[in-house]
Amino acid sequence: MNQLIISAATEGANPLVPNPWEMLVVFAGFAVLMFIVVKYVVPMFEKTFAERAEAIEGGIAKAEKAQAEASAALEEYKQQLTDARAEANRIREEARAEGAQILADLKEKAAAESARITAQAHAAIQSERQAAVVSLRTEVGTLATTLAGRIVGESLEDYARSARVVDRFLADLENQNAGAAK
Amino acid sequence: MHLPAILPWGAADGFSKQMLLVILSVIIIATFFLLAARKGQLVPGKLQFAGEAAYGFVRNGIAKDIIGGKDFMKYVPLLFSLFFFILLNNIYGAIPLIQLPTFSHVGGAYVMAGIVYVTWIAIGIKKNGLRYFKLATVPSGVPVYILPIVIPIEIISNFLVRPVTHSLRLFATMLAGHLIVMIAGSGIEFLIMQENFLLKGTSLLVLGGAIAMYMLEALIMVLQAYVFTLLTAIYIEGALHADSH
Repeated sequence: MNQLIISAATEGANPLVPNPWEMLVVFAGFAVLMFIVVKYVVPMFEKTFAERAEAIEGGIAKAEKAQAEASAALEEYKQQLTDARAEANRIREEARAEGAQILADLKEKAAAESARITAQAHAAIQSERQAAVVSLRTEVGTLATTLAGRIVGESLEDYARSARVVDRFLADLENQNAGAAK
Repeated sequence: MHLPAILPWGAADGFSKQMLLVILSVIIIATFFLLAARKGQLVPGKLQFAGEAAYGFVRNGIAKDIIGGKDFMKYVPLLFSLFFFILLNNIYGAIPLIQLPTFSHVGGAYVMAGIVYVTWIAIGIKKNGLRYFKLATVPSGVPVYILPIVIPIEIISNFLVRPVTHSLRLFATMLAGHLIVMIAGSGIEFLIMQENFLLKGTSLLVLGGAIAMYMLEALIMVLQAYVFTLLTAIYIEGALHADSH
């Protein structure tokens, strides 16, 4: 009811005519608010925003850097791996070549050795043969002389006798040889 | 229309409830945003997040979108202060027991629109020199023989009508909302006092309507604060880029 009465009481007032004191209060209030906003609120918010943006961008930059480093390291490792593989292949090839070389050398050496041994044997056989020939020559002469003496010494009456003589001679010869062997 | 003053009590002039509310609004807004912005943590707490969201709404949603460019930051404090000053002073009308939007008195609306009026004209002159008035009133690409009609229209609409509509839009919506809620309240009170049972019952209908109107008013209070700030941004943008309009 109060409101009704108040409304009725102020009915005549024109709502478009302002109260100057109210205008002053609104203006002063808004000026104070503007001052606080310009001086403190906006700078503080903007500072926070800037810091946050910086933090996020810094984080992104850091992440990008880490990514770049990681891929560089990966590249390096791959390179090293390739190098190592090449190295291993090279060493294997070398070893194979060396092995083949050693084998060939050994074969050659063995062949040379066998040739040498064969030659030595040949030479030894040759010299022994030579010696045998020499000793045979002298012995044959002696034997022939001895045999001739025996044949001449005993009368060659008949075949049996001469056969006996030859047998005895051969037996003697055998005995002599056995004696010489001893 | 005027409520009685607080000091001296009940007088027509003096320190009114309105004035107290204006001062209170400045204290509330400043305290809230100072507290919210004070810590400035990279990972905000609840209060700081709310403050940043509110600040970001005006900064990005109004200033950056409408004015844009490199120097929109210069106008953020004005738009920010306007929006929250008007918003809180409007919302008073939706708070029980206070129930008084400050701008339902025309004086405050005149002051706000006047500040904006002076600001955008000053920006226009600073940016374009005195040529600004020619840029603002003579539209480019209009045939010469139409200019005598167009120029007066532009002068009236830009320099006379604009501040009037800017202030009265705010004032009128607030006053109308205030009146409707008040009338509904008085109507309910009046009807419920009646002896007739059926008449008593109709107060329920009025109550339902009053609640709906109250919701609508709450929406309009927020909307008008936004509209006022948005228009301010549009005027500033127009003054900044007068040569390309």
